[in-house]
Amino acid sequence: MSDSSVPGNILAEAEEEPQQPGGTRRMVLNMGPQHPSTHGVLRLLIELDGEIVAKCEPDIGFLHTGIEKECEVKTYQQAVTLTDRVDYLAPLSNNLCYCLAVEKLLQLEIPPQAQWMRVMLTELTRLNSHLVWLGTHAIDIGAMSVFLYCFREREEILKIFEMFSGQRMMTSYFRIGGLALEPPRGWQKRVTSFIDIFPSRIDEYENLLTNNQIWIGRTRGVGFIPLEDMLDLGVTGPMLRAAGLAMDARKDAPYTSYEKFDFEVPTRTENDVYARYQVRIEEMRQSTRIIRQALEGMPAGPWKADAPHVVLPDREKMKTQMEALIYHFKIVTEGFRVPEGEVYQVIESPRGELGYYVVSDGTTRPYRVHMRTPSFGNLQAVPKMVEGILIADVIASIGSVDFVLGDSDR
Amino acid sequence: MAEKIDILGAAGAIAKGLGVTFKEMMSPTVTENYPDEPPKFEERFRGSHILQRDENGMEKCVACFLCAAACPADCIYIEAAENTETTRISGGERYAKVYNIDYNRCIFCGYCVEACPTDAITHGHGFELASYNTSTLIKRKEDMLAPVPPGAHAPVIAAEEAAAH
Ligand code: SF4
Ligand code: SF4
Repeated sequence: MSDSSVPGNILAEAEEEPQQPGGTRRMVLNMGPQHPSTHGVLRLLIELDGEIVAKCEPDIGFLHTGIEKECEVKTYQQAVTLTDRVDYLAPLSNNLCYCLAVEKLLQLEIPPQAQWMRVMLTELTRLNSHLVWLGTHAIDIGAMSVFLYCFREREEILKIFEMFSGQRMMTSYFRIGGLALEPPRGWQKRVTSFIDIFPSRIDEYENLLTNNQIWIGRTRGVGFIPLEDMLDLGVTGPMLRAAGLAMDARKDAPYTSYEKFDFEVPTRTENDVYARYQVRIEEMRQSTRIIRQALEGMPAGPWKADAPHVVLPDREKMKTQMEALIYHFKIVTEGFRVPEGEVYQVIESPRGELGYYVVSDGTTRPYRVHMRTPSFGNLQAVPKMVEGILIADVIASIGSVDFVLGDSDR
Repeated sequence: MAEKIDILGAAGAIAKGLGVTFKEMMSPTVTENYPDEPPKFEERFRGSHILQRDENGMEKCVACFLCAAACPADCIYIEAAENTETTRISGGERYAKVYNIDYNRCIFCGYCVEACPTDAITHGHGFELASYNTSTLIKRKEDMLAPVPPGAHAPVIAAEEAAAH
């Protein structure tokens, strides 16, 4: 097959290449688009020299959804539901980043309870995402039981999301101006009982993996990529931190009152798959710390901003007061106008730096919404990481990147 | 790859891992036995919609179109009609003669419920909506209406209109 539409055309090149002495020739292997270890539809074109990867080219775009464009025809509040669907493992992080960006344009002041609630729930999202990563990464390398235990805890987190928002994954719980609904009755008890057992569950995963010789053999020294290259390629998040650079938007540019929380940014210097594993395990412990602080210090008060032209009125008021009812009708039917301008907001999603660039032309619908998603940047590191290593280590390496294809293709 | 594997250390690590497995074998299972047992939902679960009635059996929906305006998926279709002396369906001036939700498009976001000023549309806990035929996924008002509460009079429909229904 010689197809010129193939990226870099390495298939054709390999065909044309003359046989090397001894009758050997390089082989091109199509890994994906449906390959169990890519967790989505990623195609990797791998040129093999024996068992060594000579060249690798990722072919992305199979999951392109057009979400960015779709945002332009929705009102600002409706577009929140689209941000859920960018990254199925971190819907609340995407909700948060989008809301923060629009709130910046609107210059809205968000009450403390909503802010702390946002911190708590995005940290739960981080746990959710890291648990799926750990489980699937381990199963790719051959450790089955970790997957089952990780998903058991993840289930509890999803139940908490369901309790808050009514949906396990597509939550849309953060809205422009605060939260969608009042925090449910009894949430403290639910979150406390989860946080109480969770550290012992992390110990359990560590018992299965951290000193496991097979795990160490498969991950230590694998997937190295120089820090400068990562910075050039736009890699962010746990991968950078596993290379010794403590870059974390929660510390560097605090948002939603992260500056009030006491936590550390874990780093390692080995810069291999094992170091990335250690960083993410430690991040889970730090997230647990943040959630506990949020739980204990949760401020009382309103959970949405006092901005009648943007935020829907309380249901009681809407039913009894004429003015509130008029605002309700106006906001639902037309949305609200956002002052002209543009804004770029960065948060630390479980995968790295997530940025939303929102342009407003003064109407009720965004003129442009662009997402700078961490998966896209991180995926760029794959070729550099796997060239020159064994084909068997490719699985471990791409697993350590932790990308979500929907997030990368938008 | 590790060149030299420390045998004792490896055995210890395996024993530790198996310890976890044995501990978990003894702990109660957390899996739900769906479909043999009904799944458990949280109170706020957003399932298929229910159109509510008031205590008199009247439909709460007054055909104000707010839910249709709020819906990000544009999947609600309403035709409004006036209540008359002889035909009284809802508590308000108007009622929804046709109220369809296209479940091919609905994303269960809850925006319609949030928008409804009369609490007419709500999320139930129904979720078994899968179908081999997409045309059956357009649910009509009759499919979604809550039953008439006991002791209430069903809405009055004039004879000729009832025949047309
Ligand atoms: S749940 Fe959302 S998508 Fe479905 S009908 Fe209501 S507003 Fe539309
Ligand atoms: S369901 Fe509610 S929002 Fe929709 S038309 Fe009826 S009354 Fe209005």
